[in-house]
Amino acid sequence: MEKKTVLYDEHVKLGAKMVPFGGFIMPVQYTNIIGEHMAVREKAGLFDVSHMGEVSLEGPDAEANLNYLLTNDFTGMKAGKVRYSPMCNDSGGVVDDLLVYKMEENSYLIVVNASNKDKDVEWMQSHLFGEVTFRDISDDIAQIAVQGPLSAELLSKFVEKEKLPDQYYTFRDAVFIEGICCLVSQTGYTGEYGFELYFPAADGPKLWNLLVEAGKEYGIIPCGLGARDTLRLEASMPLYGHEMNDEITPLETGLNFAVKMGKKDFIGKRAMEEKGEPKIARIGIKVTGRGIIREHMDVMLNGKQIGHTTSGTILPFVGGSHAMALLEKEYAKPGLAVTVNVRGREVPCETEALPFYTKKK
Amino acid sequence: MNTPAELKYTKDHEWVKEEDGLFVIGITDYAQDALGDIVFVNLPEIDDEFDGGDAVCDVESVKAVSDVLTPVTGKVVEINEDLLDAPEMVNEDPYGAWFVKMEGEITEDLLDAAAYETHCKDN
Repeated sequence: MEKKTVLYDEHVKLGAKMVPFGGFIMPVQYTNIIGEHMAVREKAGLFDVSHMGEVSLEGPDAEANLNYLLTNDFTGMKAGKVRYSPMCNDSGGVVDDLLVYKMEENSYLIVVNASNKDKDVEWMQSHLFGEVTFRDISDDIAQIAVQGPLSAELLSKFVEKEKLPDQYYTFRDAVFIEGICCLVSQTGYTGEYGFELYFPAADGPKLWNLLVEAGKEYGIIPCGLGARDTLRLEASMPLYGHEMNDEITPLETGLNFAVKMGKKDFIGKRAMEEKGEPKIARIGIKVTGRGIIREHMDVMLNGKQIGHTTSGTILPFVGGSHAMALLEKEYAKPGLAVTVNVRGREVPCETEALPFYTKKK
Repeated sequence: MNTPAELKYTKDHEWVKEEDGLFVIGITDYAQDALGDIVFVNLPEIDDEFDGGDAVCDVESVKAVSDVLTPVTGKVVEINEDLLDAPEMVNEDPYGAWFVKMEGEITEDLLDAAAYETHCKDN
């Protein structure tokens, strides 16, 4: 039985198509995926992402625990900053990827994928050491993402712009929207300018309806997980279970920026050292023939399989059918003519650089 | 949900119309709505032969690919090439946007409009 977020009734009232995802029943679309995708690129969209998991980690040894559990380096991180990191298992594969918010000295909020939350909590708890308090607070917190160029316009109807985080991967706590106490970060999973709002779950319907109503004059609309997926793919952001899993290391999927091999010790470090230079790499593929390429399709060069796709569909803003793929490293460069096996049909394709889309400055 | 009375339907959400001795096949309004934005249609070749219940072509939405099953055992006589460049016509006009015309005979059970609507509601 899937769980419902606090916004479930609101989605049903809006006529959303509801589907199971990550243990929750979530809106996949309200109108259509392409329209919702384009709204985020051109105006803004509102997403219920309350299914995401949140855990708090506090205490004098919190930073040391993060540095041991996660591949990124949290030494010297300032309060008010957000940092992305994979979390590896002993063989260097990925348990999950997550965001760490530094609330204050010795106090962190960690945001994890819904579908991995229970696994993550168990993994972290079983590896904690020293003086720390660890709490799963997922049920207490709801989350709405406001994504798109008009995001700040919308929020500034409720709060002065100066109170919003003005830099990417920073946040402000205790931002009040009609009396609702929100943590607002300039983050997102769409490749677009925007914010994510964390607030007490009980306030969910009120805040959602305020934003939906206020968004109407800007053409800002509710968007489902369908558009969230095409947006993140277009922005070439990796998704757990696709571009990474418990066997693929973060180095193999191109997340080097978030793996600090120079750190003294962390889970997965030794395994990644032993594996050496990655033999595969993540790259884009576009269809030059006819067809749609999706995940788990074989990428072929002269009759030889050189890798497989990890996510793919049509990209509404960029146009055309594209996929991300993990290929043998020597082939992971742009401009190579390949084919992708689409249910028995060899569809002509070409490798291309990632990301497929970068937002305008 | 739009379900024209003059058409016959399969339980798999295709519609069939008899026209000049041929069977015209498409997917229903219910099907296009369930699939969402249709972005690609893969058609068979003229003269391809199929048995009733075979996948005669496939439609791809943003999220997934689905087979279109033919209730006809026989041969493809005509394909709707307009769908190759404008697959969204299947969303806009599901009963105008036919996929194939086949000759042969119906070998699958078909439903009338009322029975098909009941079938969709029970799903």
